[in-house]
Amino acid sequence: MNGLLIRSLDRGATAFLAIVVAAAMIVPALNLLLPETSPLHVPTYIVSLFGKYVCYALLALSIDLIWGYCGILSLGHGAFFALGGYAMGMYLMRQIGTRGVYAHPVLPDFMVFLNWKELPFFWYGFDHFAYAALMIVLVPGVLAFVFGWFAFRSRVTGVYLSIITQAMTFALMLGFFRNNFGFGGNNGLTDFKDILGFNVQADTTRAALFAASCLFLALGFLVCRALVSSKFGKVLVAIRDAEARTRFLGYRAESYKLFVFTLSACMAGVAGALYVPQVGIINPSEFAPANSIEAVIWVAVGGRGTLTGAVLGAILVNYAKTTFTTGALAPYWLFVLGGLFIAVTLFLPRGIVGTLSHWWRERRARGETAGEIGGEPAPRPAE
Amino acid sequence: MDIRTTTAQLYLDNVTVSFDGFRALNALSLTVESGEMRAIIGPNGAGKTTMMDVITGKTRPDEGDVVFEGQYDLTARDETEIATLGIGRKFQKPTVFDMHSVEDNLLLALKADRRAFAGLQWRESEAQMRRIDELLGIVRLRGARERLAGSLSHGQKQWLEIGMLLAQEPKLLLVDEPVAGMTDAETHQTAELLKEINRYKTVIVVEHDMTFVRELGVKVTCLHEGAVIAEGTIDQVSENERVIEVYLGR
Ligand SMILES: Nc1ncnc2c1ncn2[C@@H]1O[C@H](COP(=O)(O)OP(=O)(O)OP(=O)(O)O)[C@@H](O)[C@H]1O
Ligand SMILES: [Mg+2]
Repeated sequence: MNGLLIRSLDRGATAFLAIVVAAAMIVPALNLLLPETSPLHVPTYIVSLFGKYVCYALLALSIDLIWGYCGILSLGHGAFFALGGYAMGMYLMRQIGTRGVYAHPVLPDFMVFLNWKELPFFWYGFDHFAYAALMIVLVPGVLAFVFGWFAFRSRVTGVYLSIITQAMTFALMLGFFRNNFGFGGNNGLTDFKDILGFNVQADTTRAALFAASCLFLALGFLVCRALVSSKFGKVLVAIRDAEARTRFLGYRAESYKLFVFTLSACMAGVAGALYVPQVGIINPSEFAPANSIEAVIWVAVGGRGTLTGAVLGAILVNYAKTTFTTGALAPYWLFVLGGLFIAVTLFLPRGIVGTLSHWWRERRARGETAGEIGGEPAPRPAE
Repeated sequence: MDIRTTTAQLYLDNVTVSFDGFRALNALSLTVESGEMRAIIGPNGAGKTTMMDVITGKTRPDEGDVVFEGQYDLTARDETEIATLGIGRKFQKPTVFDMHSVEDNLLLALKADRRAFAGLQWRESEAQMRRIDELLGIVRLRGARERLAGSLSHGQKQWLEIGMLLAQEPKLLLVDEPVAGMTDAETHQTAELLKEINRYKTVIVVEHDMTFVRELGVKVTCLHEGAVIAEGTIDQVSENERVIEVYLGR
């Protein structure tokens, strides 16, 4: 039966991957190949909007990996997302060249405005995409590693860990707001022109960015699936449910946590990097503690510990947010979000996908009991 | 103390643990020989579980020595290191991984490389599956193989935990109240199982159930207020005046 369970889960995972990859191909095709008059034409703004949601979905996936499977509730994952975004933003800034307002060949506009004479050392190399790509995973990864090293070794868990992750993102926000930090202060980085030589505003570039986001989401999902269905993943769940017990079995819980936390931060960084060229700006408000909390709500709504639920939750909640905040109800969005979170916690603690798969498992377990002739009692998942 | 002079498997000397001034262990000394099975009795709050906490690295003693196999200072090691040295533990309150199947609980306990990267590369092996099957037989959980551990009865969880303990293949087993919540028949089976295990391993078992302790037929140590008050056969200990006083005095 276990084999069957795994196989059916694999079916779900395969179906999910097929959908994401199909979206990566079909949406850009409908946007680029069909005339605007066609009823099936997808307008560019929709492509960009959903491209943004897909980046959020990747962020949600990274949170689900650590929260759903290892019990680490990070309320600071927005920071890793924003750092990846800034790394991409720095690359995009350096692609502007002389097309900036001040037409300085090297310095971005904000540095000229601040009367800086030369590029700060930490901006070196960002004119190369490969270097920027490395930094997109390295910077969030190293920060998460150092943070996790101290936190997990001193066995900071639960609500205390959540609080210090909030503090981390808040501190970064304050830093990035400062002009002398060297990242454009409260205006952040914007007015991007090219990415890899293509105009960021062009329909084709936007379609390509959408497709890239989908492919990275698929890749992230594959990595997470491979991880959680290995023995490593079983240890993660064991740590989530009874950390002390795993230590008495000889597992070094902190190493496991450090590994997934760092990996998760790298994923969040990639999500942020894909997000920035699609929205055209990155500024310190991306570090706002509320952003990180919102991302956790997406996962809770979709169903923690399900991976697909995190993706679904991110897309659904953000779609709802867009719908709300463009209408007359805009001022009430935060109340809606808060209400949604409370409702999910009270009535749907497993989230959407979690509830569905639980219901499905129960149904099958019942089916098996009915089909049994005496013998052992049927397996029944615990509450 | 020169720790190399002891041949004992486990050596506790003058161990003191206080919680906010309250001495849960008060200069406790105890020696367990290799291959021995020792039963520990004592009224509630005597410090039996605390003693196991000290041996397994959960609690650090304020004072005293805890030495394993005459060479490993356990007070300087953490839970993971102590488990790796070959000390396994079954908890008083059965602690299994509720959201994992019985099979996976055993798999996680099975002696293997515990490092994270080994877990990533792990493949199901014939030998491991055979061993799990064997263990399921020993703890009579074959029929519950696929069930989530959280759905087991209290007694079954106790047995699963004993199975996990065996899977670890430790040299020394610490078993805290294994028969709590078990029927007489199950209690008897557990005694038989522990005796079987003791043929190859050193066992320390804490238990209140006197019938069970009597059935084990091994040396008994009685703790009270964090110190040993009597040691010997079950008959000697149960006739000891201090012991009678402590048990009746409550
Ligand atoms: N972490 C702790 N903090 C404070 N007091 C503790 C702690 N752990 C144990 N104690 C106290 O130490 C004493 C010994 O507890 P312990 O659990 O070792 O007793 P025990 O012999 O196992 O009893 P029982 O038979 O009830 O399991 C008790 O009075 C208990 O309240
Ligand atoms: Mg106890």
